[in-house]
Amino acid sequence: MDVMSSAAPFRQDGSTIGDVCIVVPLYNEAPVIGGVIAQLRKHFAHVVCVDDGSHDGSGAIAARAGARVLRHPVNLGQGAALQTGISYARDISGIAYLVTFDADGQHRIEDVLGMLELARASDLAIVFGSRFLDNRTKAGWAKRIVLKTAVWVTNKTTGLRLSDAHNGLRVIRADAARKVNLVQDRMAHATEIVLQLSRTRLPWGEYPVEVLYTEYSRAKGQSLWNSINILVDLLIR
Amino acid sequence: MLIKIILVVGIIIIGVLLARPASGDRHLALRRLFMVFLVAVAIVAVLLPNWLTSLAHLIGVGRGTDLLLYVLVIAFLVFVSTTYRRNVLLDRKITLLTRAVTLAEARAEDAERSALGAEQESDGSEPSGGA
Repeated sequence: MDVMSSAAPFRQDGSTIGDVCIVVPLYNEAPVIGGVIAQLRKHFAHVVCVDDGSHDGSGAIAARAGARVLRHPVNLGQGAALQTGISYARDISGIAYLVTFDADGQHRIEDVLGMLELARASDLAIVFGSRFLDNRTKAGWAKRIVLKTAVWVTNKTTGLRLSDAHNGLRVIRADAARKVNLVQDRMAHATEIVLQLSRTRLPWGEYPVEVLYTEYSRAKGQSLWNSINILVDLLIR
Repeated sequence: MLIKIILVVGIIIIGVLLARPASGDRHLALRRLFMVFLVAVAIVAVLLPNWLTSLAHLIGVGRGTDLLLYVLVIAFLVFVSTTYRRNVLLDRKITLLTRAVTLAEARAEDAERSALGAEQESDGSEPSGGA
């Protein structure tokens, strides 16, 4: 798309990585989003934030912190926001990699940098973050069971052998991102994106990441009930 | 008993309806034919109440009211499944529409910004790093 050609939307100063676009789906994360975006902008020139109809001013905060904010007029769900972000980001000229990143501050930027390094060094089209490759992430037993079930379902439906699913941190090369078209608007997109990426037959890998379960993320995090919704969404369409 | 076969077949048809992709025109035509049929049956049932009971006896149901209840349950399940399907399709449309609006807005903003940048450049007032 020529309107986006190299110029305007982003400030580019030498110190930041210019060929990577961070995609952050955002819904009502006002207390933390400013810090998350500011941290990302220190390392990356392109941070696209999709405000999924927030009503707590999250979008404005993200814009002030330096993100390119796209707005959904109504709330659709994380999957829909992610797809909008991917559709926009993959058309920015000069972007080689997309990174999906959660808005609630549970991912570490060091992990993103490590995953990008791995993708470039090993020529991988997709790098999935996994919290179960080492013991850094401290998840409760209930969460562990739910996540492990999600991993099992994902592996059964996609034929991949992942150690983690529903981890919001992923590095996707531009050519792979073009093959992604999520129709799961809510949380089931996390399985759907793995399925669609696996169908590209492009080389992929996993990278150990730490998920920070802060007081904040624990307070609002995905309830266990949500896993039932995800299952139903995947089974009935 | 005949009624068991009818009910089971009815439930299976609902299941198939749920799995089958909805096709526009035929779907609508069937809906309308079904409505006409329903009205006709309702009128007959009002005018000749005994007819319902004898129909019930014919297929192994004790009373006409029981038959009515069974048919109502099936009709309700059909309603639930078709409504669910319609909702899914509607959600999909809303998503695509919302995304189109969002991306169009973003493109307009980008165009505005790049125009602004070009203007500043031609003024020579501020060399912008981007271009």
